[in-house]
Amino acid sequence: MAQLIEVTPQGLFCPQGNFYVDPWGKVATAVITHAHSDHARTGSQTYICSDNCVPMLRQRLPDAPVVQGLPFHEVIHLGNTQVSLHPAGHIRGSAQVRIEADGEVWVITGDYKRCADPSVEPFEVVPCDVLITEATFGAPVYQWQPGEETAQEIYQWWQQNRSQGLTSLLFCYALGKAQRILAELTKFTSDAVYVHGAVQPLTDIYRAQGVVMLPTIPTADVPHGHSYAGELVIAPPSAHRSVWMKRFKNVSTGFASGWMRVRGHRRRRGYQRGFVLSDHADWPGLLRTVKECGARKIYVTHGYKDLLARYLRHEGLDAQSLDTLFANDDGEDSKAESSLPVEAGQ
Amino acid sequence: MKAFIALFQALDATTSTNAKVAALVEYFQQAPSGDAAWATFFLTGERMKRFISSRDLQLWAIEHIAMPEWLFMDSYHTVGDTAETVALLVGQPHSRLVDRPLQTWLEEDILPLASLPKPEQGAQVKRWWQLLNIAECFVLNKIMTGAFRVGVSKTLVLRALAEVAGLEPAIVAHRFIGAWRPSAAFFEQALSAGGSLSDAPQPYPFYLAYPLEQTQEQSIDGLGNCDDWLAEWKWDGIRGQIMHQGGQVLIWSRGEELVTEQFPELAALALRLPEGTVLDGEILAWRDAAPLDFAALQKRLGRKKPAGAILQESPVIFMAYDLLQWQSEDWRSRALVERKRKLGEIVQSVAQPQLQLSPEIAFTSWQELTELRLQSRTRSVEGVMLKRRGSSYLVGRKKGDWWKWKIEPYTIDAVLLYAQPGSGRRANLYTDYTFALWQGEELVPVAKAYSGLTDSEINRVDNWVRRNTLERFGPVRSVKPELVFELAFENIALSKRHKSGVAVRFPRIKRWREDKPFREADTLETLKSLIDPSPACETTP
Repeated sequence: MAQLIEVTPQGLFCPQGNFYVDPWGKVATAVITHAHSDHARTGSQTYICSDNCVPMLRQRLPDAPVVQGLPFHEVIHLGNTQVSLHPAGHIRGSAQVRIEADGEVWVITGDYKRCADPSVEPFEVVPCDVLITEATFGAPVYQWQPGEETAQEIYQWWQQNRSQGLTSLLFCYALGKAQRILAELTKFTSDAVYVHGAVQPLTDIYRAQGVVMLPTIPTADVPHGHSYAGELVIAPPSAHRSVWMKRFKNVSTGFASGWMRVRGHRRRRGYQRGFVLSDHADWPGLLRTVKECGARKIYVTHGYKDLLARYLRHEGLDAQSLDTLFANDDGEDSKAESSLPVEAGQ
Repeated sequence: MKAFIALFQALDATTSTNAKVAALVEYFQQAPSGDAAWATFFLTGERMKRFISSRDLQLWAIEHIAMPEWLFMDSYHTVGDTAETVALLVGQPHSRLVDRPLQTWLEEDILPLASLPKPEQGAQVKRWWQLLNIAECFVLNKIMTGAFRVGVSKTLVLRALAEVAGLEPAIVAHRFIGAWRPSAAFFEQALSAGGSLSDAPQPYPFYLAYPLEQTQEQSIDGLGNCDDWLAEWKWDGIRGQIMHQGGQVLIWSRGEELVTEQFPELAALALRLPEGTVLDGEILAWRDAAPLDFAALQKRLGRKKPAGAILQESPVIFMAYDLLQWQSEDWRSRALVERKRKLGEIVQSVAQPQLQLSPEIAFTSWQELTELRLQSRTRSVEGVMLKRRGSSYLVGRKKGDWWKWKIEPYTIDAVLLYAQPGSGRRANLYTDYTFALWQGEELVPVAKAYSGLTDSEINRVDNWVRRNTLERFGPVRSVKPELVFELAFENIALSKRHKSGVAVRFPRIKRWREDKPFREADTLETLKSLIDPSPACETTP
């Protein structure tokens, strides 16, 4: 039987539907799971993504000729296949791609997570025959505490810094993580948060979609010489140690990422504090998803794919790893956002 | 113990020195002496005798969470530390630990574990794991395996203790040097006011020279008038203090370990020193007025009680270069020339072949010294030491009065052949490399190197390794021969234990030769041609 999805030099390809999913090459039709730069790459003709993903994709790929939004669950026919998008819970608008042809169903998860996040559409289990799952954190040492607990740690750190007159500089991905933190923090405060220029437009998109977050002030709008003492500032990792950072006098730096779970990562990143907060599924989340979707065949991509695939086989499942060119291949996802433009310095 | 775990977390969670000292001071101000003694013990890098191995921990964790061994090992390779891997796997989301004093916990729970049979140890440890959160599990695992190191230097801990006690840091440093047993009484004594520095036969904190950087080589004149400086050869042995005090004879290495038993001939020598004398110098394997290869000395270090044959094969001497204490009086604040003069008299009056005076290098200009330094390699020394004639003997590595001016290392361009992830801070990054040289059409591994690249270079090499892997052998990957690095190393000797037939000493990466095609890397022949023909440098197989 022909495979519904094949790995080609351009990326994951569906021959029966003549479309690609998150292609890394330039193609005619690209179904996009979410707007992070290692999944939504430039150069294709037509992009299909979830309705909520459209404004982010437009922001990230301003030159995209056609961007077609699709409500979650709505089926479109591409070639011989029926395609629909289902919430993945990774960032706002992130989707799993469900492909059906001749009674067989494949699901490509894209990036996803299972734990609660007030800023996203929650993950839905999509029953399927074949699952292509990510495994960015596919090792048993990666298990997440609730995001709310991490947000509380961030809040306490901020308040402690405030009492010492320090500015809290929190680094995290500009798309997704920043908004998640801004949403989680509403449980603890209503204070405004300063944001780097890369964070603001994406936060505006979230806000327009009804996500409740703390008020934000772009640092670009702040007059020269303003004191940030006691304030919280959120910025992408690319701004760490940049010219932009010079405007802050006495700072404490923090980094929010799933990698911060491991002490070695915390120590080598060069931030003073590490907060464990990930938008990817943790080990129990991955296992649970594989089980709940009921797939008879599992392909594993991104990150610790060999490890997860081997464990699934150990559990008696038919699983194998798949070589892809997503940035977080082999367990590093940090590069995905490192090419963001840095806001012009003063 | 919750306070201690909180302290550990505070120290671990920040890279700011001030924040670390503040956390330490806060802890020591409130901790009972018995707890504070144990905390100091661990924070200054002292270790309990290890009675539980990493392997034990690993086996218990595997049993405890019913995980296949390969999965544990793969997890370990992503973390780079057994105690941490176990903690991440077995730690509870929330602690159910009932707080007790650190001292009680260690002395009544942890230490008695040592006398239990293995299965009972395992059962007990597993019971603890069910109560502890990740941070607590981590601290427990580290303490049990005797590898507890925290992100603070000993100096920082001593600084905090000095602040709490209102004492000079040097006095506190001296009281905590050498081997000590943690107890409330010891801790209170160590932080008590008054008392003299030489109240116990402890070594003095070593004064360490600062490297004179290659870039400053032209600016050696920057040190000023060369008449103010005393030059000696930089000996390549084991830095040590030899003391005869309180009726005892002790030999301390720079790591503040007692090595008296390893060097009986030096212990005999120390007995001939007048009571109350402390000398600083270098332990050297020595024959016929010249140093033997460092390997000879290493053999001696490995033997707790060396027997006749090895004493014959690798005889040692003490090359004295400073006098720290004379007639029970601390001489460290006197001028170097004064200390040297007295040291010369002592060496002369003791008149033993095992005690030598590190000779001064006579020179009248920086130019002359620069030329003399070129003899280093033939003299089997590492270069030249420069000490200001009027300098006191300070504590730790300080810029200004003492400089080490090492000779340029040997260098060679080698091809990256294997990579494996580092541990600790470098876990999950490919940072440990094996390099090869050409022998005909074959690349022969010659050296492993771990250091020398910047963080951004490490990230780039790591990324490259992941994309250019040929084969995997457990954590090790063989990679496409392509990247060339210039390696620096201190010495080279023939070796029968190495496939290449040579062993290089202290290899490290000097720079990434991105300009050099791998075909043009150096050959094994070139490396062998660097071997010093003098027999003193040959490693006996």
